[in-house]
Amino acid sequence: MSATASTANVSTASRFSGAQHRLLAFASLIALIVVFSLASPNFMQTSNIIAILQATSVNGVLAIAATLVIITGGIDLSVGTLMTFCAVVAGVVLTSWGMPLGLGVLAAILAGAASGIASGTFVAKLKIPPFIATLGMMLILKGLSLVISGTRPIYFNSTPGFTQISQGSLIGTVIPGLPIPNGVLILFLVAIATSFILERTILGRFTFALGSNEEAVRLSGVNTDRWKIAVYALAGAICGIAGLLIASRLNSAQPALGQGYELDAIAAVVIGGTSLSGGRGTIIGTLIGALIISVLANGLRILSVAQEWQTVVTGLIIILAVYTDILRRRGL
Amino acid sequence: MNALVSMKDIEKSFPGVRALHNAQLDLRAGEVHALMGENGAGKSTMMKILAGIYRRDGGEILLDGKPVEVNSPRQAQDLGIGIIHQELNLMPHLTAAQNMFIGREPRKAAGLLLDEAKLNADAAEIFASMHLKLDPRTLVGGLTIARQQMVEIAKALSYRSRVLIMDEPTAALNDAEINELFAIIARLKAEGVGIVYISHKMDELKRIADRVTVMRDGEYIGTVPAADTPVEKIISMMVGRALTEDRPEVPDHSNAEVVLEVRNLNRGAVIRDVSFSVRKGEILGFAGLMGAGRTEVARAIFGADRRDSGDIFVHGKKVDIRMPQDAVRAGIGYLSEDRKHFGLATGMDVRNNVVLASLSRFAGPGGLLRESAMHEAASRYIDQLAIKTPSDRQEVRLLSGGNQQKIVIAKWLLRDCEVLIFDEPTRGIDVGAKNEIYKLLNALAQQGRAIIVISSELPEILRLSHRIAVMCEGRLTGILSGGASQEEIMHLATLRGEAANHNKQDKPAKGEAK
Repeated sequence: MSATASTANVSTASRFSGAQHRLLAFASLIALIVVFSLASPNFMQTSNIIAILQATSVNGVLAIAATLVIITGGIDLSVGTLMTFCAVVAGVVLTSWGMPLGLGVLAAILAGAASGIASGTFVAKLKIPPFIATLGMMLILKGLSLVISGTRPIYFNSTPGFTQISQGSLIGTVIPGLPIPNGVLILFLVAIATSFILERTILGRFTFALGSNEEAVRLSGVNTDRWKIAVYALAGAICGIAGLLIASRLNSAQPALGQGYELDAIAAVVIGGTSLSGGRGTIIGTLIGALIISVLANGLRILSVAQEWQTVVTGLIIILAVYTDILRRRGL
Repeated sequence: MNALVSMKDIEKSFPGVRALHNAQLDLRAGEVHALMGENGAGKSTMMKILAGIYRRDGGEILLDGKPVEVNSPRQAQDLGIGIIHQELNLMPHLTAAQNMFIGREPRKAAGLLLDEAKLNADAAEIFASMHLKLDPRTLVGGLTIARQQMVEIAKALSYRSRVLIMDEPTAALNDAEINELFAIIARLKAEGVGIVYISHKMDELKRIADRVTVMRDGEYIGTVPAADTPVEKIISMMVGRALTEDRPEVPDHSNAEVVLEVRNLNRGAVIRDVSFSVRKGEILGFAGLMGAGRTEVARAIFGADRRDSGDIFVHGKKVDIRMPQDAVRAGIGYLSEDRKHFGLATGMDVRNNVVLASLSRFAGPGGLLRESAMHEAASRYIDQLAIKTPSDRQEVRLLSGGNQQKIVIAKWLLRDCEVLIFDEPTRGIDVGAKNEIYKLLNALAQQGRAIIVISSELPEILRLSHRIAVMCEGRLTGILSGGASQEEIMHLATLRGEAANHNKQDKPAKGEAK
């Protein structure tokens, strides 16, 4: 029938433009890299590229966590302070209690998951809007980090292996010419794992379905509360990984750090083409978004553009990214 | 009579879809012109072009015989063309008058202040001309849908509209409200306003339309006078073939097992002491006026809303249903009247919607989904239910209403539900596809499922039901056998208050005597 044939065209057009948006983000990333490398010979130095990747690792992992929640149609404002909270937990377990490294890592990730379960419960069971629930969690975690740490940074000097989590280079020991730090490796592993969960598992399918039409999922007889809490828990666990990364990079858990990171993370998600109204989004898009932010910051710094202006440019890019997404939708 | 508006050779394409081709319409002053066609025939697109919401790709629009350009809703208003959308566009927190004159508020004090007094007076004047008793200062959010629609009409009139487009205005109205709307339409008509009326309801056509233009697949099929054209002719113009109407043969279910039994269901004032049962292979119709509590009963059985008291038995065993997941586990599926909001994840594809209620069955270790098994299941139902879709990866929002409904049905069939509750199964579905849905329901009953159909369209109830439960104001006022007449149903549907209780005692003798 002509009607079905033509709707088929619409579908391929829309799927194509979805990919197009990611392609556009990717093309912008490449364009930025080209511009900066032409503008400054220092930009394409291996050391600088590694610096960019290293700078992306924390924000990238946080942005992946934020992506999960945003696909369900929610928002997570607590990713930044949760990251800090998990770092502090690791600090207490490793430095104050003198536990082995593995337990510290586990504690950080479990603390993240537990906090995610709390956020998810507020949202799913108590029906508190995600914005408010996670705003509350953001402050709770910020306060708790200061309480647990006694408002002082905790150093990991008694756990020598800890800095290796982010700064060592497994790849570098295997391929000596490629000293990619573990932080970057972890970012990509987290990205691959999360992508896999989103695309291939039942948890991922419900993540999209909840964002697409939660009521329809509930009326299909699915325990939507449980799945939503699971998504927040997974996001929280990923924040725990981010906490380990940042603490390892600084060789300390800085309890006052964290607030503001959630905005960079959400910016990366949005630039990567994930819809804030839920139901749509990809991890690869978020990765590209996070890279765009770091490349921009790094490139502008190399060109001696003041930090203030970097912030202005990032703001403009967010607006531009969302606008291209709107144009794409209108094109339908 | 000269044409007030004529649209000629209108062409419109969207990316990948030709929405209109050689479409035309001419509207006279002082007539109600019905625009008919199946869903996707291009009616709404045609009217959105006239109202300046879409731009046409080709063709011309004449107003009073002169070519005009309508490139924005603003231009349309200036030309005196008003449109009342199916989804009303009002601001609930503003008053009726504020809504009508939004952006055009009368000013005072050199334009610095709003002149509320004049605003309300102007609105009141228009209400008076419509013989509508409504305080202009009423907040719109507190009005019924029917009243909100009146405000939309008043708003359109405030632009001195000579052309008024109404897109399915009666979809959410009850009979009394429809009468009120038709009275206003008659008055507007007498004043020389030309009205384009889009509707799926044939009986309305006969009541108010002067002429009917039929569209199919984005093309003009023909224009006929409403009074002397038989409904069958119009339907065959719409679907391109003739439809046959048939009344069901009611099979004897008296020996069949009772699958679902509901006893003394209560929920506040909306459900009062409702008891009934459905047997294997039976279709139980639920008739009643808007607000009679039929949907509420369905949602309470399904666990979507809390119930105050009442027991539900499946195969004679009491089940404790608190949430939809409990109902689904007990083998009860509910197909909401509002597919877009409650039935489908429209942004997801056919495959995922079909498996949505059974997803855990397709998850292996670690929650890994077996896509090939999902594809097989979806494809099986695409074949079985004749769902028209290019593939199971098609996004559901791109399919027609009838096909979307079939996807919801597939979802519950895959879940192996023995009891299926259909709430307005053919709402928003065009005539041709309705028949297919009816056949499907009959086939499902024959396969031994117990089916409940809630419908506001009496012909639909009569055509499908083996028995008919009638509700009024939260009470079950009687259960009739399949051969019942419309009058019998209407009698029970309007049986209010205490009379209903008396009636209920002697009614089973008539309905449930089997």
